[in-house]
Amino acid sequence: MLGIITGFIDELRAAGVPVSMVEAIDGMRAVEAIEIGDRIALRETLRATLIKNLRHESAFDTAFDVYFSTLPLGFGDPEDQGLSSDAPWPEGAEHPEQPPFDLDLLLDSLLEALAGLDEEAVRRGARTAVDELAGMEPGRPVGGTYYLYRTLRRLDLKELEERLLAALMEDQDLSEFDQRLLREEVEARIEHLREQIEEEIRRRLVADRGRDAVARTLRRPLIEDVDLMHATTKDLQEMEAAIEPLTRKLAARLARRRRKREGRLDFKRTMRRSLGTGGVPADPQFRHPRPHRPEVWLLCDISGSMATFSRFTLQFTHAMSTHFSKLRSFAFIDTIDEVSDFFGPGVDFGSALQRVTTEAEVVWLDGHSDYGNSLETFNARYGRQLTPRTTVIVTGDARNNYRPPRDSVLGEIAKAARALVWLNPEPEAYWDTGDSAMSHYANHCTSVHEVRTLRQLEQFIEDLTLPGSRPLQNA
Amino acid sequence: MNFESPTAVADALRSVDYLPDDRISQVVFLAGRLDKPILVEGPAGVGKTELAKSLARVTGRDLIRLQCYEGLDESKALYEWNYKKQLLRIQSDVDHDWEDIEQDIFSEDFLLTRPLLEAIRSPDPVVLLIDEVDRVEVETEALLLEILSDFQVSIPELGTMEAKTQPMVILTSNNTRELSEALKRRCLFLHIDYPDAEREQEILAARVPGLSEHLAAQVAKVARSIRNLDLKKAPSVSETIDWARTLLALSIDDVDEAILGDTLHVLLKYQSDIEKAAKELTSSAQA
Repeated sequence: MLGIITGFIDELRAAGVPVSMVEAIDGMRAVEAIEIGDRIALRETLRATLIKNLRHESAFDTAFDVYFSTLPLGFGDPEDQGLSSDAPWPEGAEHPEQPPFDLDLLLDSLLEALAGLDEEAVRRGARTAVDELAGMEPGRPVGGTYYLYRTLRRLDLKELEERLLAALMEDQDLSEFDQRLLREEVEARIEHLREQIEEEIRRRLVADRGRDAVARTLRRPLIEDVDLMHATTKDLQEMEAAIEPLTRKLAARLARRRRKREGRLDFKRTMRRSLGTGGVPADPQFRHPRPHRPEVWLLCDISGSMATFSRFTLQFTHAMSTHFSKLRSFAFIDTIDEVSDFFGPGVDFGSALQRVTTEAEVVWLDGHSDYGNSLETFNARYGRQLTPRTTVIVTGDARNNYRPPRDSVLGEIAKAARALVWLNPEPEAYWDTGDSAMSHYANHCTSVHEVRTLRQLEQFIEDLTLPGSRPLQNA
Repeated sequence: MNFESPTAVADALRSVDYLPDDRISQVVFLAGRLDKPILVEGPAGVGKTELAKSLARVTGRDLIRLQCYEGLDESKALYEWNYKKQLLRIQSDVDHDWEDIEQDIFSEDFLLTRPLLEAIRSPDPVVLLIDEVDRVEVETEALLLEILSDFQVSIPELGTMEAKTQPMVILTSNNTRELSEALKRRCLFLHIDYPDAEREQEILAARVPGLSEHLAAQVAKVARSIRNLDLKKAPSVSETIDWARTLLALSIDDVDEAILGDTLHVLLKYQSDIEKAAKELTSSAQA
């Protein structure tokens, strides 16, 4: 057991989940305190001790299924004794008296099990389905998705769903509204069946090829390591939860400035301190100055090549708009338009996104990125409103389609603003290759960062130190 | 606080109408075995604070609550010297040696205990709830570390105050910012999410007396349906409970679109969400 748990912790670390020494020891100690045969207890025990961040839970679940799927499920399940490793999966020979496989029969029994919420029968059905339909071959180095696909191709879940819906609705006269609720209920049950099948397949893969090998094929990058240029919509949704704390942090970073003795005398605290000196106020205390409100302007490239990334930046913009009262956002392709009003507290992100793509006037000529023209237009239209308190953040790959970069405009913008930061979603090695004009622009920026993943964005915010806002008269 | 088994935890919590799932009872059980604090995270209104309250009720312990907020400092969380009393003491006694007085005014008589110190100085074991710990600044978080790992508080003038009794510590967080690694390392982590429809139905039945089974099932399903939409703020468990109570008060025994439309504002708190949910749920019925 100890060996499996150490292997499991190694796998978590390999997947990028930080498990410290202390946590590993805690995990071991905790496992001693529980019933070892109970899989759910073991899972929750290891989860509570090893995982300290919601974002790591899916990696944990995958790895756990692989490492401990051969344990019995516990909680009163006599039939489910797991699979011993010397019998990879029950061959037909184990049930000699069974009649030949009949798909319709299986579907019928599954239907009955799902309708009657018979958990045990559902699991048995899933097992039979994998037995008969997945066509698993020992030693074949394919991932679980291949077998899952093969099983589900024969076992048409969509149709099963319809039949289940019909069966449950049969003798009732339901209103349309109730029908909707019922449909969702049915979807949830079918999804449960799908998970059961997936688990069954994974279990057999592990029995066949060993834990470590299967874990390696199933390993996915953590959500903070997903490349933002290629993130799926689901990834982006998962990131949403992480974005909120990040924007708060960014707000705090930008508001920070060098601590000077400022602010008014704090009479109460001064009096209290004076007790230490016999009532003589020798150590005057001051109120902390109010943190100043940072101004942030965001310039987002929303051209086609940046589609996924720009969705992310707009998501970020949306989250930021609740923390910065003085946030202005601009979108550009070959010209630029202000989109600040589309975002804000109480606005639905989906509709904001829609408005950016339909209402903002960001195409001037042909809809291919033109940073030069965009920046020039920006400077002409809004440049005078920049103040020495404004931080300008540009997000884009600086791929200019071989058009003139006109980077001197960026210099003017940088001079008028407090700081100019460029976030590039491309790997640094690709900068200045092809039509990328990154170094032309980089000359004028306070700093340029590669932000390809959520982790890098976190790092950027963590390390952010900007010059203090200059006094107005120097501008 | 030691329970026999996770099942014992679940039974005990059920007896005070808190319905835990496997995860919750397992973690509570472990916390008792390992003497570790529990860090509870999850969306607002899923019963994080309620868990602490229920545990206090189950064990018959007092609940000491520290509500965190921005600007919380040690004089509000740990202890403070009662300087008025100290001042009086100094003034009333001018003849004594200064050294004696100094000894005297920095003794426990002049100490005002705040929740954290109170929790470990209590003669009977307590449940300590540190609520919304993500609201304090990172620097203040450090104040908690000593008490969380060693159950002691160091006071420079007095030395280390050790726990007389072992409190059960529950921290809650809405995850508005990332907590420090040091804090997380010392805790068991428990994420509570919205319950599935069956458990929510049970919760409703336990929390809203007089609710028919049919209505409870319907409310739970509607709640799930609404949470599937992409909303600014999904309805919390406490909001579905409120909604069930509202329906009961209006003596409604079957929910349809019209009633849902009229009472949606109990479930959802943003106008844009209400509009979206109303549109989604009623339009699908027309289609």
